Amino acid sequence: MEAIILQILNGLDKGSAYALIALGLTLIFGTLGVVNFAHGALFMIGAFCAVTLQRLLNLSHEVIDDTKKDFLGNPLKVDVPYLADWFGADAAQTIIQWSVPLAILFSIPIMILVGISMERGLIKHFYKRPHADQILVTFGLAIVLQEIIKAFFGANPIPTPAPPAFTGSFDFGALIGMENIIYPYWRMVYFAFAMVVIAGVFAFLQFTTFGMVVRAGMADRETVGMLGINIDRRFTIMFAIAACVAGLAGVMYTPINSPNYHMGMDFLVISFVVVVVGGMGSLPGAVLAGFVLGILEAFASMNEVIDIVPGINQIIIYLVAIIVLLTRPRGLMGRKGVMEE
Amino acid sequence: MSKSDLTRRGVLRAGAAGLATPTIFSGAVWAASHSGFTNAPEGGSVTLGFNVPQTGPYADEGADELRAYELAVEHLNGGGDGGMIPTFSSKTLDGTGILGKKVEYVTGDTQTKSDAARASAKSMIEKDGAIMITGGSSSGVAVAVQGLCQEAGVIFMAGLTHSNDTTGKDRKANGFRHFFNGYMSGAALAPVLANAYGTDRKAYHLTADYTWGWTQQESIQASTEALGWSTVQNVLTPLAATDFSSYIAPVLQTDADVLVLNHYGGNMVNSLTNAVQFGLKDKIVNGKQFEIVVPLYSRLMARGAGANVKGIFGSTNWHWSLPDEGSQAFTRSFGTKYGFPPSQAAHTCYTQTLLYADAVNRAGSFNPCAVAEALEGFEFDGLGNGPTLYRAEDHQCFKDVLVVKGKENPTSEFDLLEIVEITPVSQVTYPPDHPMFGGAEASLGSCNPGA
Amino acid sequence: MLGLATKDFVLLLVVAVLCLFAPVLLNPFPETSDLAQFNAGYPDLMQRFVIFGIFAIGFNILFGLTGYLSFGHAAFLGVGSYSVVWMFKLLNYNIVPGLLLSLVVSGLFALAIGYVSLRRSGIYFSILTLAFAQMSFALAYSVLTPITNGETGLQVYGNDPQYLQGDSAPNIPHLFGMTMRATETVEFGPWLWQFNAGYYFCAVVMLIAFYLAIRIFRSPFGMMLRAVKSNQQRMRYTGLNPRPYTLAAFVISGMYAGLAGGLMASMDPLAGAERMQWTASGEVVLMTILGGTGTLIGPVLGAGLIKYLENILSKINDNILHQWFAFMPDGLEDFLVAIVHPFIGKGWHLTLGLVFMAVVIFLPGGLVEGGQRIGRLFGRKKPAEAEAKAAAKTPAE
Repeated sequence: MEAIILQILNGLDKGSAYALIALGLTLIFGTLGVVNFAHGALFMIGAFCAVTLQRLLNLSHEVIDDTKKDFLGNPLKVDVPYLADWFGADAAQTIIQWSVPLAILFSIPIMILVGISMERGLIKHFYKRPHADQILVTFGLAIVLQEIIKAFFGANPIPTPAPPAFTGSFDFGALIGMENIIYPYWRMVYFAFAMVVIAGVFAFLQFTTFGMVVRAGMADRETVGMLGINIDRRFTIMFAIAACVAGLAGVMYTPINSPNYHMGMDFLVISFVVVVVGGMGSLPGAVLAGFVLGILEAFASMNEVIDIVPGINQIIIYLVAIIVLLTRPRGLMGRKGVMEE
Repeated sequence: MSKSDLTRRGVLRAGAAGLATPTIFSGAVWAASHSGFTNAPEGGSVTLGFNVPQTGPYADEGADELRAYELAVEHLNGGGDGGMIPTFSSKTLDGTGILGKKVEYVTGDTQTKSDAARASAKSMIEKDGAIMITGGSSSGVAVAVQGLCQEAGVIFMAGLTHSNDTTGKDRKANGFRHFFNGYMSGAALAPVLANAYGTDRKAYHLTADYTWGWTQQESIQASTEALGWSTVQNVLTPLAATDFSSYIAPVLQTDADVLVLNHYGGNMVNSLTNAVQFGLKDKIVNGKQFEIVVPLYSRLMARGAGANVKGIFGSTNWHWSLPDEGSQAFTRSFGTKYGFPPSQAAHTCYTQTLLYADAVNRAGSFNPCAVAEALEGFEFDGLGNGPTLYRAEDHQCFKDVLVVKGKENPTSEFDLLEIVEITPVSQVTYPPDHPMFGGAEASLGSCNPGA
Repeated sequence: MLGLATKDFVLLLVVAVLCLFAPVLLNPFPETSDLAQFNAGYPDLMQRFVIFGIFAIGFNILFGLTGYLSFGHAAFLGVGSYSVVWMFKLLNYNIVPGLLLSLVVSGLFALAIGYVSLRRSGIYFSILTLAFAQMSFALAYSVLTPITNGETGLQVYGNDPQYLQGDSAPNIPHLFGMTMRATETVEFGPWLWQFNAGYYFCAVVMLIAFYLAIRIFRSPFGMMLRAVKSNQQRMRYTGLNPRPYTLAAFVISGMYAGLAGGLMASMDPLAGAERMQWTASGEVVLMTILGGTGTLIGPVLGAGLIKYLENILSKINDNILHQWFAFMPDGLEDFLVAIVHPFIGKGWHLTLGLVFMAVVIFLPGGLVEGGQRIGRLFGRKKPAEAEAKAAAKTPAE
């Protein structure tokens, strides 16, 4: 029982990441009709916003400490962050430790800028082009983006710990009278954060005029255009929002697993599967599929399950995708006629 | 015009190609034959092929290997401060290249994929006339390239490869490994673990689901069980996994009090980070402190895991803080050139290059069979690992193994590990027909000079 | 001739001539020059050119004609390779049984996957094929290790049975005694040309594959496949069921992939699981689009370009750059090296990405369109080639 509860928590946590990435991806699919292979790269850029901020806060000057030696036997050069000069060592330490939450604020303008320039500069010209061309250009872009990141930050994962207040784990068991159910704080934060972002996006699309027009545009772009509404500008904004969602998902993900330059590619395939299983053109479908696949993946990695079906943990996502697509022609909640040709 | 089973550009460039294969394997005979093997060097230079991962998750490790190779070439050609050449027990290297020929090199990208690695190695052999291939950062690639070199008739000096198979069931006459292996990690770690954590421990293994992971896990399990530990469970995790939470969480439900992470690279960084997130480091089970063990450590990975490595035991092939003369010389030489200390991958690659060059000098020929003969059973010292033997039966180096621990108070981003114990070579030696190494069936085959 | 229209025959002839003289054409720079770095005329890369050419031609039969975008073709490539290596292990090193088996096995595998996946269309189809291929990869890497030898890759061991291996037969892949590695090297002044048996065998297979592809493109069956692409609905109204046609196209293109995989293992007897990974499936998609979807020659060009960049660029290092620019003043030399550095060696991915973007932005029809433009530019000078390319391009519409 405890094991199952823990795996549900794990599933929700994995699902949060899948859902957030898939949400942005399906927004771009649904509104712009673009197959965006660079979406994983947006997630990765978000994560590296956190890394960049951490680096910025750590900008330091060298102070030579004669009492210690470095590996060559020269006096050790100790890096002292400028922050420490300005605010004192303790305050600086605290600020640096809180760099990941601070990166949320830092990343939003960056992601919006990245999103807008990507859409205006490149994607816009591919609305009318075949999906194959979109795949080629966005895949090329994804490679270029990740190579740029690699050139600056290297290929190794970079540790970006959560603030000390969130590094421990929470004893769920004590709460409900069971033993051994503890769960890391930051993963719970991630889930809560995902919920807030998802709710925000839905509310935005549901309750604002802007969202209404975008939804109308998703359903029938031409008619909306004929009504004299500048749908293009709104689509740019939608792209920026999608980029932002992916980027924030990336920022918040960094304390869970150290970011590296190819993390976007690692998530790319799975997020496409999530979107399609959810059904093309359906935002709730993408979110639902994200959580369903996350939870199933967590269950499939339980020892009891692997003992029965060896290797199931390796293939569960794809197996579920096949079953869903064969039993429900348009995924869980897909609309007819979207990306079916 | 001539016909051959393999391209021998060097030979052909010079015109005639001798096809005589010597039948008596003695130094004098080798010395007399400078042709009759793949890519026999002609003219004043010899080309080595450095095949390292330049893209993909191990790109940084590959970059460090490449730095070491460039340094080794510089030293062989008489540049720089000579690095470990002065400390090396064999004195044939004098800064005039190899056998008086200037050392040149070509580089390639393995992408950490067997196919790409073989393609790259082939292009070095077919296009650039490389006489020796070296490098790599994973066992799958090492085994694949070693097989290719055996077929093509050039020497393969393995880089970082830790699987028992490389010199076990997949050993090849043309392939040599300086790096240690899973068995040695187990044999060196187990006594230290038993000493630190007691002999009554229950271990839970998470193992990367591919050949390296399996051989490593098998080795650790065998050595720890021999000292009284029990193994609660071994769970195989997909190589592609990025989040290990669903494999870590079940550990909480068992009575295991040690977690062994048979992971490497990004897998290790993530599984260790996740394990610490779940509070395993602070957990008390059966009245004992819960412990995590990472059998194969690398400094680059330790850096990726950040503060999570503190206090965690593992093993490593070499560490720059070793006090011996050779290690110091190498660290100084590398650090002066690049500004930071070398990794164990860099060390093994540098050493392999020197060992190859020295073997050629001693054999008096570049012929792979002569070189192999010179390396087989070769005993040397002064290359950072103490007295070392290149065993003839399986082409594995036998030397002391370092047991290390994540440092509590690192002074820099390179100073992450501290040496806990240097396990003597006698403790990690095994017979060549050990069942974990392919048993009696495993054989090197016969050396192939190509041509 | 050969049942082909003149234009197609000319194209086939051009390709045949190019294949025949590839060892010469791909080595344009003398061995002694610095530019020899860019020579691609060595056996391994030439083999890869034609093998991936076959892979891409086959993929194009499905994608170019029917518009069904499979993201799982690497699975067939992998299955083909495993078949060949298993034949090496069980029978002997003759490549013929293996290649035949690879055709059969990949055909059956494609039939099974295609039968299921083709129940859906559009992106749903793509994801189904992707899922099957990723499952094959994950299992081949781990659970199926007894069959696939997992991460290490399937290879022949000394203790394999090899029931038909005669004492005198070569101990490396061969075609009735002619080893695939046999290379005739010719020196011509400062040039060095390598004529490799394996390459010519692959080239012959590719020419046959190419010929069959032209026949398929021009046949009523090909017409039917185009009908599937343009309007399935209308096709159904005329009383035709598109499924058997698309399934046939899927199986044919799967067999092409299997053949390509088989040839890879025949040239180099090791089959790694990562041949089945999604990146490998994605690569053939990129090759096809890069070259020109639906054109005859495009996919081969795309395959060539990607493999060329991968194998040549990744081998250039700073040392070589310094040699190139050595004639310049020191400051300028370092500056140029610094400029070029990010795009070569470990940065070859970056160049690849930029090439993808540049081609798709400036040449919407892929490399073939580039060829056409050049052809038009030189208008009357090279009419035959331009026409051949134009002929190749037209069916895409």
